[in-house]
Amino acid sequence: MTSPASPIARTLRFYEAPIGKKAVMALSGLVLVAFVLGHMLGNLQLYLPPGPDGKHALDAYAEALQHNAPLLWGARAVLTLSVLAHILSALQLAQLKIAARPIPYVRHTPIASTYASRTMYWSGPIVLAFLIYHLLHFTTGQAHPNFQPLQVRANVINGFSVWYVSLFYIAAMAMLSTHLYHGVWSMFQSLGLAHPAYTPKLKLGAKAFAVLIAAGNISMPLAVLTGLVK
Amino acid sequence: MRLTLNIWRQKSPVDKGRMVPYTLDNVSEHMSFLEMLDVLNEQLITKGEEPIAFDHDCREGICGSCGFVINGVAHGPRRGTTVCQLHMRSFNDNDELFLEPWRAAAFPVLKDLIVNRSSFDRIIGAGGYISAPTGSAPDGNAILVPKPESDMAMSAAGCIGCGACVAACPNASAALFTSAKIAHLGLLPQGQPERHSRALHMVAQAHEEGFGNCTNIGECEAVCPKGIQLENIARMNRDFLTGAVLYRDPQAEAGAG
Ligand code: HEM
Ligand code: FES
Repeated sequence: MTSPASPIARTLRFYEAPIGKKAVMALSGLVLVAFVLGHMLGNLQLYLPPGPDGKHALDAYAEALQHNAPLLWGARAVLTLSVLAHILSALQLAQLKIAARPIPYVRHTPIASTYASRTMYWSGPIVLAFLIYHLLHFTTGQAHPNFQPLQVRANVINGFSVWYVSLFYIAAMAMLSTHLYHGVWSMFQSLGLAHPAYTPKLKLGAKAFAVLIAAGNISMPLAVLTGLVK
Repeated sequence: MRLTLNIWRQKSPVDKGRMVPYTLDNVSEHMSFLEMLDVLNEQLITKGEEPIAFDHDCREGICGSCGFVINGVAHGPRRGTTVCQLHMRSFNDNDELFLEPWRAAAFPVLKDLIVNRSSFDRIIGAGGYISAPTGSAPDGNAILVPKPESDMAMSAAGCIGCGACVAACPNASAALFTSAKIAHLGLLPQGQPERHSRALHMVAQAHEEGFGNCTNIGECEAVCPKGIQLENIARMNRDFLTGAVLYRDPQAEAGAG
């Protein structure tokens, strides 16, 4: 008699296969994509005028988040787990990729793939480096010249007034956008969702999403640098 | 026309191998690429040198034996064409070409441009079949197959197993090949009983063989001489993921022999 597969054995067997790892990457990517969108929409409140109490919308929003501990820590936990799962599967798949072609081509000419799709293993780690800096800059403040807790609007404006910091943010957002340009569609394919009627529209939608994320996020350092937001 | 050919020469699986330059004059535009190599080989034999080894059989683009990388593109510059069906009119006088074998850990080079593709056979052995009763032939049309499924299965069955998809993939992944076989059988009623176990086993075997993992970039589809589509890979992922989630161990308590 055989014993039924335990949940752990089942999960391990699932994750052992590259397609299982890719599914983990796609699902964790989906969480991060949702976060990236929500994060951008929240931050775009930088452009809203102050409320009747004179409080800036962005600061009020930050305060509301800070005072909602279950939401804040719940979101942080899910995001941390997603980032770790995403990175772990990326590292393991990268290992597989390197081992699968020990001898490189003298000539290798891509004929169909996008630049974004070929550079996922570069754009990802660059986004990670940015993420670490970004947390030290605006969340914990160690990398900020003049950090004041909960004064988000002031922190953003002071932070982005340093031109090379803004430049780094802009470059990092271009990288994130490149990652999403391929990733947001790839996610569906990895999970087995493709259909000739929908896939072309999905690809187009993914590209539009990547461009919108870049545009929205890049607008903020630009607005500070050009003095539109003071 | 006159060509400069840089060709990968490797005496044996253990030889290190290197690119060796050759020049060939009077190449006719009507020759196929393999005929051009035949002419070069005759010259090498006359000079007492070892001819260049390359795989070929049908020379009609249907057997999947031939294939190498020309200037960084598997099967060369013409889409939907194997090297045996590629003609020299696709090239120009004084072109310099680089010919390399498929590069993948799972495709070790045997000699020059020939690689060992037994790993593909083992992937097929792991589940690329259906179990059918032997005995008299079943009635034609006894099992109904919807037209769209029949079309998709036929397209997937077009795969000749040449290995160009692996060669073109930056991850040296066998996803397009494996998925073509999984889709071909899994789309048809006769392939249903093993649909999920087939996906689980063939995918596991491809991993075992040392192929990389798909990143959905689409180079495989572009070089495939038979136009096998990326959609098959999504189908494979779907069959694999549902198979893995729904997996049950055999329970032989009732009905055991
Ligand atoms: C906000 C951050 C990020 C988001 C929104 C994101 C999103 C995504 C998505 C949606 C995918 C597609 C998954 C799939 O094809 O199934 C993906 C793939 C990938 N990501 Fe990320 N990612 C992020 C950060 C990172 C980081 C920090 C790394 C590296 C440490 C990374 C490395 C990769 C790699 C290597 C792939 C695989 C590419 C492929 O297989 O085609 N990503 N990402
Ligand atoms: S020799 Fe048969 S496909 Fe080219």
